[in-house]
This record gives sequence, C-alpha cells and structure tokens, in this order.
Amino acid sequence: MNALAASATSTGEAVQFWVLGTVAVIGALCTILMKKAVHSALCLAGTMIVLAVFYLANGAYFLGVVQIVVYTGAIMMLFLFVVMLVGVTAADSLKETLKGQRWLAAGCGLGFGILLMAGIGQASLSTFNGLGRANAAAGGNVEGLAELIFTKYVFAFELTGALLITATVGAMVLTHRERTERAKTQRELSQERVRGKHLPPLPAPGVYARHNAVDIAGLLPDGTPSELTVNKTLRGRGQIRDVSGGAMADLKALEQRSEERLGREAGRENGRDQDASEVAK
Amino acid sequence: MNPVNYLYLAALLFTIGAAGVLIRRNAIVVFMCVELMLNACNLAFVAFSRMHGNLDGQIIAFFTMVVAAAEVVVGLAIIVSLFRSRHSASVDDASLMKL
Amino acid sequence: MENLIALLVAAPLLGAAALLCGGRRLDRVGHWIGTALAAASFVLGLVLFGAMLGYDVEARTMRQHLYTWVPVEGFQGDIAFQLDQLSMTFVLLITGVGTLIHLYSVGYMEHDERRRRFFGYLNLFLAAMLLLVVADNYLLLYFGWEGVGLASYLLIGFWQHKPSAATAAKKAFIVNRVGDIGLSIAIMLMFTTFGTFAFGPVLGATGDATEGKMTAIGLMLLLAACGKSAQVPLQSWLGDAMEGPTPVSALIHAATMVTAGVYLITRSGAIFNAAPDAQTAVVVVGAVTLLFGAIVGCAKDDIKKALAGSTMSQIGYMILAAGLGPIGYAFAIMHLVTHGFFKAGLFLGAGSVMHGMNDEVDMRKYGGLRKYMPVTFVTFGLGYLAIIGFPGLSGFFSKDKIIEAAFASGGTQGWILGTVTLLGAGITAYYMTRVMILTFFGEKRWQPAPDPDKAASVEPGIEVTPGAMPHPHESPKSMTIPMIVLAFGSVFAGGFFSIGDRFVNWLEPVTQFEHPHPPISVPVITGMTVVVLLAGVAIAYLQYGRGPVPVVAPRGSLLTRAARRDLLQDDFNHVVLVRGGEHLTRSLVYVDHTLVDGVVNGTAASVGGLSGRLRKLQNGYARSYAVSMFGGTAILIAATLLMRAV
Repeated sequence: MNALAASATSTGEAVQFWVLGTVAVIGALCTILMKKAVHSALCLAGTMIVLAVFYLANGAYFLGVVQIVVYTGAIMMLFLFVVMLVGVTAADSLKETLKGQRWLAAGCGLGFGILLMAGIGQASLSTFNGLGRANAAAGGNVEGLAELIFTKYVFAFELTGALLITATVGAMVLTHRERTERAKTQRELSQERVRGKHLPPLPAPGVYARHNAVDIAGLLPDGTPSELTVNKTLRGRGQIRDVSGGAMADLKALEQRSEERLGREAGRENGRDQDASEVAK
Repeated sequence: MNPVNYLYLAALLFTIGAAGVLIRRNAIVVFMCVELMLNACNLAFVAFSRMHGNLDGQIIAFFTMVVAAAEVVVGLAIIVSLFRSRHSASVDDASLMKL
Repeated sequence: MENLIALLVAAPLLGAAALLCGGRRLDRVGHWIGTALAAASFVLGLVLFGAMLGYDVEARTMRQHLYTWVPVEGFQGDIAFQLDQLSMTFVLLITGVGTLIHLYSVGYMEHDERRRRFFGYLNLFLAAMLLLVVADNYLLLYFGWEGVGLASYLLIGFWQHKPSAATAAKKAFIVNRVGDIGLSIAIMLMFTTFGTFAFGPVLGATGDATEGKMTAIGLMLLLAACGKSAQVPLQSWLGDAMEGPTPVSALIHAATMVTAGVYLITRSGAIFNAAPDAQTAVVVVGAVTLLFGAIVGCAKDDIKKALAGSTMSQIGYMILAAGLGPIGYAFAIMHLVTHGFFKAGLFLGAGSVMHGMNDEVDMRKYGGLRKYMPVTFVTFGLGYLAIIGFPGLSGFFSKDKIIEAAFASGGTQGWILGTVTLLGAGITAYYMTRVMILTFFGEKRWQPAPDPDKAASVEPGIEVTPGAMPHPHESPKSMTIPMIVLAFGSVFAGGFFSIGDRFVNWLEPVTQFEHPHPPISVPVITGMTVVVLLAGVAIAYLQYGRGPVPVVAPRGSLLTRAARRDLLQDDFNHVVLVRGGEHLTRSLVYVDHTLVDGVVNGTAASVGGLSGRLRKLQNGYARSYAVSMFGGTAILIAATLLMRAV
C-alpha cells in the first residue's frame, strides 16, 4: 500500500492506469454519445468506479470508498430513478438543432483540452512527495481526514451540512404537489360508478364525424351531436367543437351544386330543343 | 510511470464532460456530464494531494462530493418538475427568455 | 428748469395711462383730458424754450438724469434726458402739431364709440415720440422708437373690425420691425466699439473708430431710418397706413413719426460725417424715394394715398439733405418743420373734405367743393401753395435751400442731385395741383353714398344713408381752428425761419453748419425752381383743369398703372420676400426632412439594425450560452498561459 502512495509509481500501477484509464475515457465518451439516458447513466457509473479505483491507487482510501458508496451507489441510482420517471425508453435524437453548436463545442473542447494539457505539461511537477507521511501522521488516511475536517475545516463542514439539508428541503418543495381535496377511496369510486347514469364506458368522441379530435362530439344517427362523447372537462368549459352544422351545410351545398348542374343541363337541353324547333319552323 | 498522467486523464475527462454539456439536449444527460466534470476535478485534487504529500486536496475533493450531492438533489428535482409541467426534459425547450 | 424735461414726457404718458386704464367713467371727458395733457406738454415745451433762449448759445443743452435703468458693470443704461436745440425743435413740433391734431380729433372722432381709447393712443404716441427726441442715449431712444412703432400699430389698426385696417397695421408693424433690427444692430455695434451708447461719448469719439465700423453703424442707422420714415426699400407700409383715421395720418404719417428717421440721421450726424460711404447711401435713398413717392403721388386717386406719396417724397428731400452732411442738416430739419405744418394742414383738410363727403376718398368723385367748404378750401390751398414751394410761403424757403445744398454737394453728384430735386419739385407741383383741381375745382362728380355693408372704407360712427347724395358742408370749429392755425404756419414759418438764417443759427451748435456754395448762383437756382414748379402746375392744369374729369379712372399708361400699384412695391415684396421666404422655408424643410431627420433616423436605424443582429446572439438556448462561457474560459486560460510564458 505504501508503495502505491510513494513518489515512484510501480509498474503494476502503470499497467492499471493505462488499462483503467482507457476504460474511463471510453466510459466518458459513451456517456455523452449514447442515445438513451439509461445507457449514459450506466457508462457514467462505470467511469466513476474506475475513478474510485484511481483514488485508492493515489492513497485516498476514504475517498475511494465514498466514491463507490455515495456517487456510484446513491447519486447514480438517483439519476436512474429520474430517468425512469422521465421515461426509460425515450431515445434522444442526436441531430443537432442549434446551428454551428457542434462545431463550436468541438472547437472549444479541443482548444480547452489542448490548453489544459499544455498547462499541465508546462508546470514543473517532477517532485512527488507521496501521502505516506501525511497518512501516517494521524495514524491512517481516514483519521487524517477526520482530524482536518473537524479542526481546520470544521466551519466548512458545518456549512456543507446546512447546504445538504437545504438541498433536501428544496428538492421536496420543488417536487411536492399539494392535494386540493381528500383522495377518494376505492369504495367511493366504485359506488360513484354504479350510481351514475352510464354504467358502460362513455362513447368515444368523433364517431361518425370526419374528425376524431377529442373536442368534437360524435354524431347520433339523426345527425345531431352527442355531448356525452366529449370529455367532461371540455364539456364543462364549453369547448366542444360542433362540426355537425358544417357537415350539414357541406352536404346541402353539394346537393345544391348537383341540382344546379342538373338544372343547367336541363335548361341547356331546353334551349337546344327550342333551337331545333326554330330550325324546324 | 509519472503520476502526472492522472492529471492528463483528469483534463481529458473534464473536456469530454464539458463537450457533453454543450452538445446534449437531454437535461439528465447534461447533468451527468456535469457530474463527470466534477469527478475529473476530484481526480485532479486527489492526484495533487499525493504530489504535495498533504491531505488538503482530499478534503477539497470530499467537499466537492458533498456539494455535488446537494446539487444533484436540487437539479434532479428541478428536472422532474420541469418535466411534469412541460413533458420534456430538453434544455432547448426551456428557451423562453429569447425574443 | 432741467427737471421739467421728464414732465414733458410724463404728461402725455399720464394721459395715456389714465385714458387706457380709466374705463368708461372717462368716456365723456376723456378726449378733453387727452387734449389738455398734450397742450400741457406743449406749454411745458414753450417754457423750456423760453428758458433755453435765455441761456448762452454754447450752454443751451439741458440735461436731466432720472435714474440708472440697467446698472451693470460696464453697461450703464440711463434714463436720462438731453434737451438741446435739435430736440427742442422736435419737442415744439410734436407737441404743437400734436395738440392741434388732438383738438381736431375731438370733432372728427365725435361719433366714434371708442374715442377715449383713441385719445389714449394719441397720448401714448406723443409720449413715445417725445421720449425718442429727448433721450440722451441710443438705448432710451430705442425705447421711444419702439413705443412709436407700437402706437402707430395701434392707431393704424384703430378700426380693427376692417380687415384692411388690421392688415395695414400688421404690415406697418412688420416693415418697421425690419428697420428696428437695423437700429438694434447699430446700438450693439456702438456698444462694442465705444463701450457706451450715450450720445455725448459716442458722437464725440467717432474719430477713434475705423471708418469701416462707422460705415456699418451708419448703414444700420440708415436701415432704421428707412423703416420709420418710409424710405425705399421699406416704404411699402406708408400707403396702407392711410387705413387709420385721418388725424392719425396727419399726426403720425405726415408731421411727426415719419420724421423720426430724419431725426436719427441728423442726431447721428457725427457718425455719418465719419463714414462717407454711408452718407452716399443716405443720399441715394433720399433721392430715389423723392422720385418714387412723387411718381406714386401722381397716380393715386385716393386723396389720402396721394398725400401719402407726397409725404414719402418730402421725407426723401429731408433724408437727402441730411445725407449731404453739415451743409444739409439744418435745411433737412427746417423742411421737416415747415412740412410738419403744411402736410398736417393738408391731411386735416383732406379729413375735412372726407367728413363732408360721406367719407368718400376718391378724388374723381369730388369736384367743385370750394363753394361748399370755404375754410377748408382756403387752408388746404395755402398748404398746397406751401408744399409746391410757391415763392414766399414756407415750402419755398425750405425746399429751395435743399435744392441749393444738393447742387452744392459738389461734382457730378451735385449735378445729379440738383436735377433730381428740381425734377421732384416739378412733379410735386404737378400732383398737388392735380389734387387741388380734382377736389375743389371743376364740376360736381359726386356719387351716391356706397352701401356701408359693401364698402369697407366707410369710417364708422358717421351716419351714412345708403344711396344718399353727399351734402358737403363745412366742418365744426374744433376741426377748422387747427386747420387755420396750421395754415398760418404753412404760410409764415418758412419766411420767419429764413430771416437772417435764424433757424440755421439756432441749430448750428448741434448740427454744425457750412454754407453751401452751389456751382451756379443762388438766384438762378431759385429761378429754375420757380420755372419748374410753374411748369408742373401748368401741365396739371392742362390735363385736368380744362375738360371734364372722368369719374372712373382711365386705364392709363404702363407707368401710371404701375404707380397706381405703388410702383409694384408690394408685388416686389411678395415675389422677392414672401415667395423667397416660402422657398427658403421649403428648402429648409426639405433639408430638415432629408438631412437632419436622415441623420437622426439613420442613427436610430443603424443602432436598431445592429441590435437586431446582436439580438440573435441571445437566442435563449442555455447551451449556446454555455458555449460562450466555455470559449471564454478557454480564452482566459490561454491568456494566463501566455502571460506566464512571457
């Protein structure tokens, strides 16, 4: 263990870094490239586990465990819950809608990455002290962290506690919906159903109509609309579109046109008859 | 191997996360990318902690995790309520501030 | 004694205030109050005159400092008076003729409902005119000058219900404004040049300033004089001003107000003496107006307008004389005084004729009135003889002196001016004879009175039965007495002034005097003058005295028609000034719409367009903003690295 935390890294750590580092990068790329949010979440969880291993490798034993328990275990599960709420199967289109956004993102990303790498490469980071002495001073990594948290960083620690409780309350407030009336029991619901006028389900809207929109009442055999076929809320708001009048008018117009056509043809025939009779004279 | 490589890896992951924030429209995935960026930072902190031989870096990483947890809680709550009202988790749909 | 000068102005001012603010209570006595205060002013003037005669010739100037009006460091506007021989002459003329005309108006305006107001205005005019002539600095003079303009506006437009009168008043006021601008600019120039505008320092220091500056001041003063004295090119208002009641025409537009320009030029003699170019301009204006007014006077059938043309012409004589410098000032003022007598008398006579003829003003509808209005005929006739310069009467002495001075101005200029003044004398004789014959001789050409609803020129307050033939009658005593007094002045004033060069010697301390030395001897000039005027009379007699005069004016020659239209002065003003102004305005509006508005709207449009383009950056997409942030971060890092590397 001490060897891992020492300034010189072992060959084993190097192998571990290259293998798991590759996995982490692939995981990260998959996170941003997967179509479905569930897959992204799983890939991110994988990356986080790899990072936990790296924490351990760097001598941060406490953080490594916390990473697995809190991050991978709790936060990622929270993500999955939300994904489930929103819709697991909903796949995102990866087609970009904002003009030039992808090019800008790629440009910025590349530039930013290159600059970061350049900065790191430029910095003189040759010396590696290792955590051995620091961990040993307090009798171990966890004890060392605890000592710092409860002495030097105690106020920050208390503040993060307050932040957490605030966030919890905030989440509750954001997602809470106040009930405006007492929830009906199953018994009450069934009784309501039986006592109502319509025992069978209400007729579907749009029957015999040329539309099947929900706000268009179905037509009864005599051509009049039946308001029962429309949702109770729409009925209450008076938002029923009555197309029966239009349909009737259309029909009437059609009849009129055909009559006119027939009549005109009849007139024309009459005229022709007259011409014929005149010729005959 | 030089442990500086951990820093390079952190930079790479951070950049990937940032690019994800820019190109993804699903608010949940965007959030995941933010988490990825936070984790990349944590990795850098831990690596620096090892370089300098003291535990302050790990403390900062610890606090980052706590704050990230709080942020995730609130952020996901916002996404859920947004989804409830608009039936969409796309960040592009929440663009009412434009003219 | 000096302290009486303020009273001189205060008396008519008090009258004006009392009559204009007093209300109907004063309706019955208002006209007598006004006349009494004018007379009081005249008596005061006489008292001062007597006192002045008692002083040494060199110490006759009286001064009174009332208070400092504008006490600012380096800018002292004083209410202070100066009464020297020149001012004294004007004071006596203004108050004397003014009082007579007040008296005349008592009868003339008897039937007018607003007589009290009329007398208030008359008193206001007297006060302003007196202030003008007794002021001891140009600022106070300007105050009086504007007061005169205001009073003349009020009096010309006295019958404001007649659109023609209201328009004439506005015209007079506006044309006078143009001249007033000249006076104000002249005063400003004086202040920048001399640091003061008191007569003493300014006129005493004319040698210190450059000739160019003096020329500028002189030309501006000339512009002012042109406005007030109805000289070309600002002459157009005088003819229309005859819309006012006849006493107003007599008082303002013959005897006093129009002489303010002559006063101004004479008073500023030192300035003009130092600016020969300005003097030449004055002479040219005078000569042109002299002929202009005379020609207009020949063509007019309206008796008052014919007299107005004559006034213009006579003032032209005065301006011309004043422009000749020290050889002319005294003669200008002398002619002014004699003209004050006979022109006031002529106007009052014209008023009397109109009074008897149902307010008919067309001379072609008069004729044969000498039997019906003997007093008017005699006084008018004496005024007529005086104005044409009949030997022995006032006009002869004063006008003859001006003609001599014109010849004496030297060189070609002298010959031209002499010829012009001689010609003017001939034309004067012609048109005045025409007026005389048309009015008092020949057969009756009376016409029935016009329908008052249709005729705009009927003066209100005089009962006229439509269709009734006029019954000419002599005017009441209050009207004839002033006419008789003025006739005396017309006859004897000139001779009285000329005996021993009395008038010239009286004015000499103020205006300086050089004896004119004409290139031809004085008796020859006098003889020429008499011949010319007799020729004018003869031509007029041949034209109008021998045969019947048509009631409707014949079409006449081109010149006649132009002269009937005041030699196209209004057309000129309309075409050049009104149309020009309209075009200028239109082009300015065009420039405003295209250039100014273009710049303003263009700026707004470009800002708007730029904003419209920049707005697209604010597309509302969080991811676009994120790109900006991310790019910005990258740039910051790059900058940091770059700074470290450097």
